[in-house]
Amino acid sequence: MPKTLLKRFSRPPDAVFTEMIRFDAVSKRYPGGQDALSGVTFEIAERQMVILTGHSGAGKSTLLKLIMLMEQPSHGQVFVGGQNLARLGRRQIPGLRRQVGVVFQNHQLLFDRTVYDNVALPLIIAGLGPKETGRRVRAALSKVGLSGKENQLPIALSGGEQQRVGIARAVVNKPPVLLADEPTGNLDPDLSREIMALFSEFNQVGVTVLIATHDLGLIGEMGHPEMRLSGGRLVS
Amino acid sequence: MSERFPGVGATRQQARPGLRSWLDHHRSVARQTLVDLTEQRLANALSCLVIGISMALPTLFYLMLMNVAQIGDSWDGQPRVSLYVLQDAEPESVLNEVEQIVGTTRVHLISAEDALVQFAASSGFSDVLAALDDNPLPAVVEVRPAGTATEVSALIGQLSMLAGVDDVTVDIAWIERLNALVRFGEYLVMVVGMLLAFGVTLSIGNTIRLAIENRRAEILVVKLVGGTDAFVRRPFLYLGLWYGLGGALMCCFMLWGSMWLLQAPIYQLIASYESSYSLRGLTLLDILTLMIVGIVLGVMGAALAVGRHLREIEPR
Repeated sequence: MPKTLLKRFSRPPDAVFTEMIRFDAVSKRYPGGQDALSGVTFEIAERQMVILTGHSGAGKSTLLKLIMLMEQPSHGQVFVGGQNLARLGRRQIPGLRRQVGVVFQNHQLLFDRTVYDNVALPLIIAGLGPKETGRRVRAALSKVGLSGKENQLPIALSGGEQQRVGIARAVVNKPPVLLADEPTGNLDPDLSREIMALFSEFNQVGVTVLIATHDLGLIGEMGHPEMRLSGGRLVS
Repeated sequence: MSERFPGVGATRQQARPGLRSWLDHHRSVARQTLVDLTEQRLANALSCLVIGISMALPTLFYLMLMNVAQIGDSWDGQPRVSLYVLQDAEPESVLNEVEQIVGTTRVHLISAEDALVQFAASSGFSDVLAALDDNPLPAVVEVRPAGTATEVSALIGQLSMLAGVDDVTVDIAWIERLNALVRFGEYLVMVVGMLLAFGVTLSIGNTIRLAIENRRAEILVVKLVGGTDAFVRRPFLYLGLWYGLGGALMCCFMLWGSMWLLQAPIYQLIASYESSYSLRGLTLLDILTLMIVGIVLGVMGAALAVGRHLREIEPR
């Protein structure tokens, strides 16, 4: 794990809030394609919750992928917890990803594993003992309202429930940063509201949250700061 | 550490997984891969069988070689020199001359009559021999010289110069030839063994490559939530280990089967040489060696496949 991240994340809770995510004139061009992002500059403070909006194809997913090093920027620099991601070696990427919980639109669940095994995966990777793993998995599942579904396979769950398994997996490791890519993409408005409320709760206990969504109806209700992407540029 | 959920600053404990949890994970991966293997029993048994056959071929050859070498070793290592006495010479006088050179204990006279009796008994030509007027066999003075090879060959030179000695044969020559043949066989086993080991490694590598393809989705998810390369690699290395071990076991079974089948004809052959000699089968050490070789090849094959294909699977 990068030293800077460790230092940053183990600061006492009453310390001054500083930047958690910073983009510095970041551009991303896919091979043979258009610019997915061009000259994006912004800063998200620790414990902030920000909504990233824009039409599909505006570069929201690319922006999130840059934060967890699923992609490298073509130009510019990305900082997470004060760490310049361009300086992270291949072997340090897992350390970064353990600090950044991600909720994917397509869930990215393992369908041949139980709900429990899916949620426990980040803890097993981190090397936690079975007792502590069990305790944390049950806590995370109860937080997202899935207590008692531990032994079911994800395929037996509804779309909303699958999404909540994904959320439980993203937060079970208590990451300081939580990203979500269209977390309410396939859900009805009531479920969407519930899920967004869940993210607000995580934010209130100190997690920096960045949610990408095109669900404009929800954003007004929440009152969180909004960043809007259009054609790869930040417009507000 | 903060106990809030999910709090900032709660990650220190997870950053350095302890040795114990590392061992725990190894144990659980080892068990899980073994359980996974039992799901496609037939296909996996066939994979092990292929590995087993590749390992059994050189091992069987090696066992045969060890048995042949054992025939050479069961000789006491000292050559026997046979001095054929001229028909018109006096065997006793030759014996005396020889005894003066090498001492009495290492010399033994087989008279022409004794030789005839022995030959008639062992060859089954007794009727033919009885029909002969004279004994065609010469008397033989058998010498068991002691000393180094050069001393022995000097002695042989000396003995062949003796009056009354027709011819000298040394039975060490065929043992030397046998030993040379065994040494050649050992090289052959090594070369064939290395080729087949290479084959085993590739075949395990290919099996692991298929396993990696089958678990692509899982690898992606593990990488997304921060699994290290070692973590992703581990189940595949264990898979290779189990294939190698399974192949070694198959190899042992096949060897036992082959030895059992070969036993009867080999003992018949041995009996015809009037030799008492027990066949050398698989020793415990052989079995252990086979298992270690199987495991090493399995893990090596898996490491090759994993190193080659795991980097290609990156979340996009």
